[in-house]
Amino acid sequence: MTRNLHLAVALEGTGWHPASWREPAARPTEIFTPGYWLDLVRAAEAGGVDFVTIEDSFGLQSSRFGAADDRVDQLRGRLDALLIASYVAPRISRIGLVPTVTTTHTEPFHVATALQTLDHVSEGRAGWQPRISASPDDAASVGRRTVPALDLEAYRRGEGQAIVHELFDEAGEVVDAVRRVWDSWEDDAIVRDVDSGRFLDGEKVHYTEFEGRYVRIKGASITPRSPQGQPPVIALAHATVPFEFAAAHADAVCITPHTPEQLREILAEVHDAEARLRPTSLPPLLVYADLVVLLEDNAEDAAAALERLDDQAGDTLASDALVVASTPAALVERLREGQRLGLDGFRLRPARLPADLDTITRSVVPALEQAGLRAPAPDGVAPGTAPRTLRDTLGLERPANLFTHQPALRDSEVSA
Amino acid sequence: MTTPSSLDARRQVHLAAHFPGVNNTTLWSDPRSESQIAFSSFRHFAQNAERGFFDYLFLAEGLRVREHKGRIYEADVAGRPNTLAILAAVAAVTEHIGLVGTLSATFNEPYELARQLATADHLSGGRIGWNIVTTSDAFHGANFRRGAFLDRDQRYVRAAEFLEVADRFWSSWAPDAVVADKASGRFLADGGVGEVEHHGLHFDVTGRATLPGGPQGRPLIVQAGDSAAGRDFAAEHADVIFSLHSEFADAQRFYADVKGRLPGHGRDEDSLKVLPAIGFALGDSRAEAEEKAREIALAQTSGATAIAFLERVWGRDLTEYDPDGPLPPIDPDPAGAGITQGRANNAADPKATADAWRERAEAERLSIRELVIALTARHGLVGTPAQVAAEIDRFVQERASDGFVIVGHTNPYGLDEFVDTVVPELQERGVYRRSYDEGATLRDLIGAQGRSSVGSSAAVR
Repeated sequence: MTRNLHLAVALEGTGWHPASWREPAARPTEIFTPGYWLDLVRAAEAGGVDFVTIEDSFGLQSSRFGAADDRVDQLRGRLDALLIASYVAPRISRIGLVPTVTTTHTEPFHVATALQTLDHVSEGRAGWQPRISASPDDAASVGRRTVPALDLEAYRRGEGQAIVHELFDEAGEVVDAVRRVWDSWEDDAIVRDVDSGRFLDGEKVHYTEFEGRYVRIKGASITPRSPQGQPPVIALAHATVPFEFAAAHADAVCITPHTPEQLREILAEVHDAEARLRPTSLPPLLVYADLVVLLEDNAEDAAAALERLDDQAGDTLASDALVVASTPAALVERLREGQRLGLDGFRLRPARLPADLDTITRSVVPALEQAGLRAPAPDGVAPGTAPRTLRDTLGLERPANLFTHQPALRDSEVSA
Repeated sequence: MTTPSSLDARRQVHLAAHFPGVNNTTLWSDPRSESQIAFSSFRHFAQNAERGFFDYLFLAEGLRVREHKGRIYEADVAGRPNTLAILAAVAAVTEHIGLVGTLSATFNEPYELARQLATADHLSGGRIGWNIVTTSDAFHGANFRRGAFLDRDQRYVRAAEFLEVADRFWSSWAPDAVVADKASGRFLADGGVGEVEHHGLHFDVTGRATLPGGPQGRPLIVQAGDSAAGRDFAAEHADVIFSLHSEFADAQRFYADVKGRLPGHGRDEDSLKVLPAIGFALGDSRAEAEEKAREIALAQTSGATAIAFLERVWGRDLTEYDPDGPLPPIDPDPAGAGITQGRANNAADPKATADAWRERAEAERLSIRELVIALTARHGLVGTPAQVAAEIDRFVQERASDGFVIVGHTNPYGLDEFVDTVVPELQERGVYRRSYDEGATLRDLIGAQGRSSVGSSAAVR
């Protein structure tokens, strides 16, 4: 066996196909209920998946690029992903929980403490998928800044890219600021020393002192350092700017190649960005590929199911990620090939929930184990040992605290 | 079972459970004290309160670690979770109890907070409440993008407008917006998701919510401001006042004051509940309970805590004084206001306060530490369980309060004894529920009137 192939599942509504809500097994009226999300995450956990991402957007879903639509034939609406993850966390025990939390209109201090809290509640299985909000509608719903309208064609011609650069610059600042907030308490800051009357050792609580173009945070977190210290940051990226964002700030990047040639090109570009931009405080960037998966026992049934969904949707499924409508065995071969070409893992986006998640857990995961691509998930926690964190699962060491290992940060703290 | 029978018209007691916070009231040095951040503590505290049929769990919030004399303050418990995230997690391990969090109307925006509160209300089955606070000072503002942007006198103006915009988002999805007819392929009703448009003094918002309002529509609204403006805000908007008036005569005056403001807003007396915060000490006899109250007060007030308490008024370093000796003869430093950051108890007139304290200490022969205990210990409920239950009942029947926010001294077992011994006494008196109604929302538990936004008039102005 080579390295353990990481396997994630991306949870989105009733699935990633816009007509998925019409499937017989779909539960579209339950997407605002806690039981729906608990069932999905429990299924993924029981099936041995490493982590789920819970997709989110600041504004209402739309089929148009950067603007609202008025469609009534597609699923609309969602709960806040971080709160779904927080709700689910006490009732599961092994799987990582990686909600999307946006960076453009949110307060980094709240984002930081919310993710720390998720990490405390889940005993170290939190992660974060940061995402920008580029839509003018999202900006108008807050009303403190404006974002120029973009359409996809203009964007492809190169117009409006400055604003996207700016939003990713800001996102980079947000992640940096959040990481500093996460480390602002040393692990042993709480001393509970009855003799001296000190609950806290103030020397071990550091001012964040983050001063960027977009973000300023002065004080320490209100939340003590969490079990992982730094929950993994996992970013979806399709182009140079987000590749650079991921290389400079994330622990893992999800890319969307459609062919082996594209995979080689993207890997080269990501590794180049990593060589230029990776800070020494971060371990090597993990690279995953996203796939939309629709799985049936034979390829003809899978193709027919996709065609039926496309017919219902009135259009062929358009996706940033490659759509694989096939058999579990064919998918496993694809994953094996991806690993051979240099990927650390995959994030599967089920076209239909819960159907394709069920197939992933029932057929794909066991096949990966049989093929020697993954070790079986460990059962529970041995008595007396610390629970396995998401960083453990991904092979990331628990990181040293930025404030005790970077002299520059120590100085800023001392002068504060 | 939660409503009194027609023969028993006694006013019913409402109780909330205050998770031990970051003041010196919380005894972290107690051997039974456990982590203030581990989820197991929140789970136990909430489940115990639910076992005692409390209306809600209450969480405070402060958005910056406290400082004293320019340094991180070390003597009290510090470090707490993000309010929304922990409420969502507690919702997963409780079934009936309400979950009220303190959240700032200053350092949040209506679209996003409305979305988060609605999500939490969905996840909890309608059990979420929001204690609106309006802190706007530079110390807290330094942790946020906008800094300290809000004038003091605009705080309640912003809070009221915030609530107005949030209400519009909570009611912006029509009750039947989600059709989800698989056969016809229609997911949303035409016009089911309304656009909210608001152009006001503090907010200029145009947008559509990503979710329908939760089971309560508008979550329960709690408010704690004690100023005239704060009381007016509560009388107009809140369902519960979290009050600091726990001494009987004072509580009656406060109760009459705020209830008297309700008719001006077209509300009846029962639509706003007044719940003072209060500690307790229990014993097999009154003498034993009083002895326990003294022990708790001593443990809450270490010498360092007592000196720091004085320094907040004196505005200068007083560590050279003996906490078991007399008060400092020197006067407060007028330039020292704000020596403590992150808590709201700086005296309006330090010199007058210091003079009054010295006078009292001299008359009653109190040391620094004894004076601070006399000033701060709030064990309004001291006695046997039957005596404490009788006292709670008296407050409620004689309109000094509608119940209490019970503050536990230790985390997470601080309310176990109360639930074991006082709750049965209250039930015996016929003034407290013996079960939760299945499916009751927090609004149902507290008896809040129809201020839910579900089914209210059109969202678009």
